[in-house]
Amino acid sequence: MGDVMEEESEIIEEKTETIEKEEKIRKVVIPGDMLGTGRAGHGTYEENGTVYSKVVGLMEKRDELIFVIPLCGIYNPKRGDGVIGRIDEISFSKWIVDINSPYQAVLPLSEAVDEFVDLTKTDLTRFFSYNDMVFAEISSVTKTKSVQLSMKDRKCRKLRGGRLIKVTPAKVPRIIGRGGSMVEMVKELTGTQIVVGQNGLVWVKGDNEDIAAEAVLEIEQKSHIHGLTDQIKNMLTEKMQKGDINEN
Amino acid sequence: MRIDGRKKDELRPIEAKVGVLKNANGSAMFRMGNTIAVAGVFGPREVHPKHKEEAERAILRTEYRMSAFSTTSRSRPGPSRRSKEISMVIREALVPVLFLEEFPKTAIDVHIEVLQADASTRCAALNAAALALADAGVQMRDLVASCSAGKTNGEIVLDIAGKEDTDGELDLPVAYYPHKKMITLLQMDGIATKEEMKKIIALAKKGCEEIYEIQKKVLKEKYKEGDKDEQ
Amino acid sequence: MIETDKELIKNIVMKGKRLDKRAFDEYRKIAIESGVISSAEGSARVRIGDTEVVAGVKMDIGEPYPDSKDAGVLTVNAEFLPLASEEFESGPPREDSIELARVVDRAIRESKCIDFKKLCIEEGKKVWMVFVDISVIDHDGNLIDAAGLASVQALASARMPKLIKNKDSYEVDYENRSKEKLPMSGIPVSTTFVKIGGQIMADPLLSEELAMDARLTVGTFDSNGKIRFCSMQKGGNGGFTEDEIAAILDMAEEKGEELRKLIKKG
Repeated sequence: MGDVMEEESEIIEEKTETIEKEEKIRKVVIPGDMLGTGRAGHGTYEENGTVYSKVVGLMEKRDELIFVIPLCGIYNPKRGDGVIGRIDEISFSKWIVDINSPYQAVLPLSEAVDEFVDLTKTDLTRFFSYNDMVFAEISSVTKTKSVQLSMKDRKCRKLRGGRLIKVTPAKVPRIIGRGGSMVEMVKELTGTQIVVGQNGLVWVKGDNEDIAAEAVLEIEQKSHIHGLTDQIKNMLTEKMQKGDINEN
Repeated sequence: MRIDGRKKDELRPIEAKVGVLKNANGSAMFRMGNTIAVAGVFGPREVHPKHKEEAERAILRTEYRMSAFSTTSRSRPGPSRRSKEISMVIREALVPVLFLEEFPKTAIDVHIEVLQADASTRCAALNAAALALADAGVQMRDLVASCSAGKTNGEIVLDIAGKEDTDGELDLPVAYYPHKKMITLLQMDGIATKEEMKKIIALAKKGCEEIYEIQKKVLKEKYKEGDKDEQ
Repeated sequence: MIETDKELIKNIVMKGKRLDKRAFDEYRKIAIESGVISSAEGSARVRIGDTEVVAGVKMDIGEPYPDSKDAGVLTVNAEFLPLASEEFESGPPREDSIELARVVDRAIRESKCIDFKKLCIEEGKKVWMVFVDISVIDHDGNLIDAAGLASVQALASARMPKLIKNKDSYEVDYENRSKEKLPMSGIPVSTTFVKIGGQIMADPLLSEELAMDARLTVGTFDSNGKIRFCSMQKGGNGGFTEDEIAAILDMAEEKGEELRKLIKKG
């Protein structure tokens, strides 16, 4: 099962990269739609040798593997996802983090800090305090949905200051764009830092964070429009030229 | 010919729309003649109060309500014994198609409002609820379709409404899980022979199959839009 | 729950803009449909942007209040449907749904747009009871204006049910509605403004209401070609200066006229 998931997430990543470029029509499927025979991947179920969809989404087939990329729904934590979370509780040796899903995540001290910490003498708020925002990676999800976070990866960090925007989790691939093209463009044109969590939270920081936030909301709203990258590019170029943010 | 000009096995005009609400995670409107229901789904989300959560599955909560102005004489707002019972049978009709184990320890809340009532309100409510659940991204084996059949003036007819309902002899609502050919809601009031009963159930099932096709069409239409524009 | 940053809205407002790019005195697109509920004597659906409200008028015979024996009775009730927002739950009415109903009621009652004396059937014994029920279907801010418009449009489009007089009693025939309208003159409307970071703006979005310092709703109506004020309600944990109130009254006059034009009489 683990292998299938990993294989899929690779494919999903590749596919989101091609969402813009490849302009073939992908089949919209709904729960109960028959998808053929093969291995039942994410968003599907198998019954008597036939694979069916269990969500509204886009069907993908790679060799034997059939899976569906959902077009709607709340965030369901998955191992390997980079998510933005808020510290909600601090206990003896761990933090409890809200990750915009029905499940809270746990960030153990050992996954957050490299140095040795003497718990009898250290106040954990020294590292992360209530309401701090972090970008972390999901290191494990159990069957009963105990979610564990890790900050060992280089890209993980505390998010200081900045603004938070909530978007539909299913629209995240569009905000990231092909190989990160969309978010990179917004960063470059506005000179802001942007972090996108797979869990539908986007963090922006910089002098032009409001313009960047507007662009993110625009991408979310118009996610289905063809040529969106150019449209956003024009909008941002125009706003930045007007110096919109500092005057007005 | 029936009072409203329909054939015996004909449904009332149907209008359905998915994604009609902004705040709900999923939503749908379903209209059968003069009966209009709107459903909104929230979740899967954390369960409050906490002791109601289940370790290995999501709990489904359904609430069927009627607007005060939905009936000929004003109905008092707030839950009644009738609305509680209907909420329950709707829930039990939906559970078989849901993969509740996908979201353990959570609640999926389905709120349904009947804005206008002219018979078969629980059927319209169920049809809207099934669409709203799919629109919320909830994992499902299939949709659920619902309608009723009955007896009026000694004739067996599909989707009893209006005067047929008030003067009717028998009303039998069903919900249908097409993939498994399973009936997941079945109620009846009235008197009939065994032969008549079988005929009425078969007729209601046929009506559900028609409704199922409409549900699939409107659900795909909502999500196809984006797909088309991407070309 | 994690939400979009409130400061973001304040920052955008500080720069002279709104989230949806409207001018500060500009309403969102308003759509009004009447006669949407066939079971009601009168009804209307109002959409202001993504906010959606349905109002229905039902009528029945009842006894008058002892202190106004010759007048019909108006009851306005609002239900925040649980499907409209994650925040709305079933159960006893929330204080803001009670406020909504009372503010809408006040504008209708105080403008005297309905001649309740004409709704008396038999003095001291039988009068018409008019129920306005408001269902909030989707909440993206400014519920009061939407509910006010829906209620007034539902009242304006209502047709009285037939009254059947038996020997000593009355009966209502809902099947056969008469052509008779409610005795109504003038159209009261509510216009709502919020203050965010010192700026006053009309028709707030839900995100703006969450970021607001205070809210002011002003009811106006037309009386023989002159605009009169008939109700006010301040909301939120902040306040307004006299100058700000004066500016809001000016805007309420102008915006009230715009909204009134959207109501179809009869």
